[in-house]
Order: sequence, then structure tokens, then C-alpha cells
Amino acid sequence: MEYVCTKRNRIDMSCEKEEIDINTSSNLLEARIYKKLRFFDLDMDLNLKKEVLVIQGHSGSGKTTLLNCISGIAQPDKGFVNIESDILYSDEKKINKPIRDRNIGYMFQNYALFPNMTVEKNLIFGINKKNLGHMKYLNDLMEIFKISHLKNRYPGDISGGEKQRVALARSLTTRPKVMLMDEPFSALDTETKDILYREFLEFKKEFDIGVMLITHNDEEARYLGDRIIKIDNGKIISIEDKNIDW
Amino acid sequence: MTNFFGSIDSSVISPIIISIKIALVATVITVIFGTALGLLFVRKNFPGKDILEVIITLPMIMPPSITGYILLLIIGRKGIIGKFLQDFFGINLIFTWQAACIAAAVVSLPLMYQSCKSAFMGIDKTFEDAARTLGADEWKVFRKVTLPLAWPGLVSGLVLSFARALGEFGATLMVAGNIPGKTENIPIATYFAVESNNLQKANFLMGVVVLFSFITIFSLNRWLRSRRIN
Repeated sequence: MEYVCTKRNRIDMSCEKEEIDINTSSNLLEARIYKKLRFFDLDMDLNLKKEVLVIQGHSGSGKTTLLNCISGIAQPDKGFVNIESDILYSDEKKINKPIRDRNIGYMFQNYALFPNMTVEKNLIFGINKKNLGHMKYLNDLMEIFKISHLKNRYPGDISGGEKQRVALARSLTTRPKVMLMDEPFSALDTETKDILYREFLEFKKEFDIGVMLITHNDEEARYLGDRIIKIDNGKIISIEDKNIDW
Repeated sequence: MTNFFGSIDSSVISPIIISIKIALVATVITVIFGTALGLLFVRKNFPGKDILEVIITLPMIMPPSITGYILLLIIGRKGIIGKFLQDFFGINLIFTWQAACIAAAVVSLPLMYQSCKSAFMGIDKTFEDAARTLGADEWKVFRKVTLPLAWPGLVSGLVLSFARALGEFGATLMVAGNIPGKTENIPIATYFAVESNNLQKANFLMGVVVLFSFITIFSLNRWLRSRRIN
């Protein structure tokens, strides 16, 4: 999968990636998901540009299942998931790409850092360590996320904020165009959250990708999101676009 | 002390070597099947799953002599598998050390299976999903994530299975008999030594088994504790 970078990027990927200018209004991801759940049906249409799309809803409203359907962890009953021209899932066309071939970054709520591996091994997991370009990219990631000093430590030995940075860096190692983040700030204290909010917005500028972020928190949604989708019982109940002046 | 244990000769050493040989082969079989079955039963649903699980677990609760008798009916000269092997390959399993390996593997398989099942069930599925989102195929997920996380449970199962195979008596006696130097393992040699009032031989074999079991369990517990601390 080709990584799209803009002139704002300070990571040097020129060794293997061409600089491409893309119309930011075009959809990066389009999805229609229908899935029968135990207490309700998940049924929604959505699209994602190179933006931060916040998904808000109370516990059990179908937020994580939505991300799982997009990433391939769960399979919808009907619908489609496309990233640009690439069809990841389509019930009509009988396409269901395995998770490993979707190249969607996924940051899990509990970070899911492999406890048996050091931070460095966690980061190397998704890349070819014999490829010098990949290794340079990895070193750049460690510098940007300020985690170079943690590389020989295990996830059990680092703080919640550090885990969050490592998990974010790890999910970017495969150079995804779309990033899914399931309540990435929920387990952190207020002070750490404030620092990481600023870092998240910096990260969004550096890596010009589409981010779908789940949160419960109204303040967090308004601060980080370009658009906010509120869902309840598997359905979209409102869409708010911060960039449109009503 | 020499009087208590008697002199060490081949009649005492041979059962130890046979026991270790049988237990090692049985453990290899058990580890392969126990791990595969543990993973299969935790991850997949298929028709007849519950029945098959009961069949695998039965040797743990049945008297070993009954397990041995069932094995005799299956791999004996007139059994389904035994007759097939005899007619097509001229192989006779009964009263061989290979039969003792089969008996030991069958009785120790439930221990390995249960340990593997618990170990695999205890793994948070998000670790495996995270590996997949990073581009890993199923083999890499198993090798780099599932297996290392399940490792303490698998090692416990392996050690318990080896110990169970080493101490196997009833089923082994049914299918492999008591042939000194061929199928006579430590438990069988101890039983017949006591029966023939050869207490020095029995004492020596008892000492070996108690010492070995003590060291094994002690080392396993220490290792598991160090893993938890780390």
C-alpha cells in the first residue's frame, strides 16, 4: 500500500515514497455496515476524509463493533468497506479481505502491546527489519513520539502515557492510510491527557491520514475532532462538522 | 543405607531407562496432540465437539486398567487398528514398548489438553488481533504472540504429562505386560519387586521416583513464580 505524504511531513520518506498531493475533500474511506447484534442492529453509512472523525456514544452503542467491522476483526452481515478504490469488504461481490491485508492502523483501548516483547520488538513486529528504509522510518517514529529511551523496556514497565505513545507509533509502522483509535485517552489521568491531546494534534499534522476516534468525552470530541458522529443503538443520530460555519 | 537400597544392577537400572524412554516418546506425542487439540477446541466450533472433548478427557477419570483394556480392544491383534496393522504391515503392537508409549500418551493427554486449553483461553484476543492488524499471518500470530503468551501453561502441561507418563502402571500393564528389559517400567518393576519381597529394589525405585518428582515440581513452581515476577 502506498503511503501518502504531504509537504508538511517532516519524516523523510523520499527514499521510497513519492510525494503526492491529494484533494483533501475526497473520501479516503467509505463504508456501509449492517450487522445484527444481540440487542439491536448496527446499521450505518459513513465516510472518512483526511480528518479526525470522532465517534461518540454511550457504552454498548456499537462503537467498537463498528471499528472491528472496518478493520476486519468482525464481519458485517451486509454492506461494504472501501479505502479509496480498494474493496476490503463487500457482501455483494463476496469480498472479505483478511485483517492482515487491509493495512488499517488500529489502536486498541487497552493498547494491546505484546507483553512478552520489548518496546522495540513491539514496534518492529509489523515491518521488515532487513529493510533499511523501514528501519529509518521506525527510528523517526521513535523520535517523534519520544519513546527512543524506552526501546529496551517491556510494556509492563512503562507508564500509561508512554504505552499510549508506543501503541500509536506501533500502529503507524505499517504506514496505514486510515487509523482507528478506540478510546485512546480513557485510561489516562487529566494531566497526561492534556499533554497527549496536544501531541495527537501534532501527530495528525505530521501524518496526513484519516483517523476515526472513539470517545465518551464531549470535551475531547470537540477539541480533537473535525467531525463528530453521535451514535445510539447502532444508528447515527447526529453529525456535527466543525469546519462548516452554519 | 546400602542394605536399604541394595546393590545397583541392571535389573534396577533397566526399568528407569525404559520409563524415561517411554515417557519421553509419550510426551512428544502428547505435546503435539494436546497443543493442537487445545487450540482447536478453544478457537473453533464444530459438530461433535462436546463428545470428542469427553472422549479425550475420559482417561483422566477412568481407572487406568479400564483404559488399558479399551486400548487392548483397539490395538490388540483382533482390534480395529491392531488387525489392520497386522494384516497390512505385519506389525504387532501388543507387549512392545511402543504399546507402552501409546498407553502412557493416552492417559497423559488429558493433562496436557486441559493445561493447553486453560492457557489459550487465558490469552486476551486483542493481542492476536493487534498482530493481525500489523500484517501478521496466522502462523506468525501463533509463533510470536499466542505461543509465548501461553508458554507457562504449556510448560506446566508438559511437565505434568511427562510425570504422569513416567508413573503409568495400569494401562501399560494391560497392553505391554511385564517383560523385563523390554516393557518393565519403574511402577511395574516396583509392584513386582514388592510382590516378590525384593524390598531393596522397591526402595531404590521408590527413592528415584520421589526424588525426581520432588525436583520436577519444585523447579516448575520456581520457574512459574519467576515468570510471574518478570
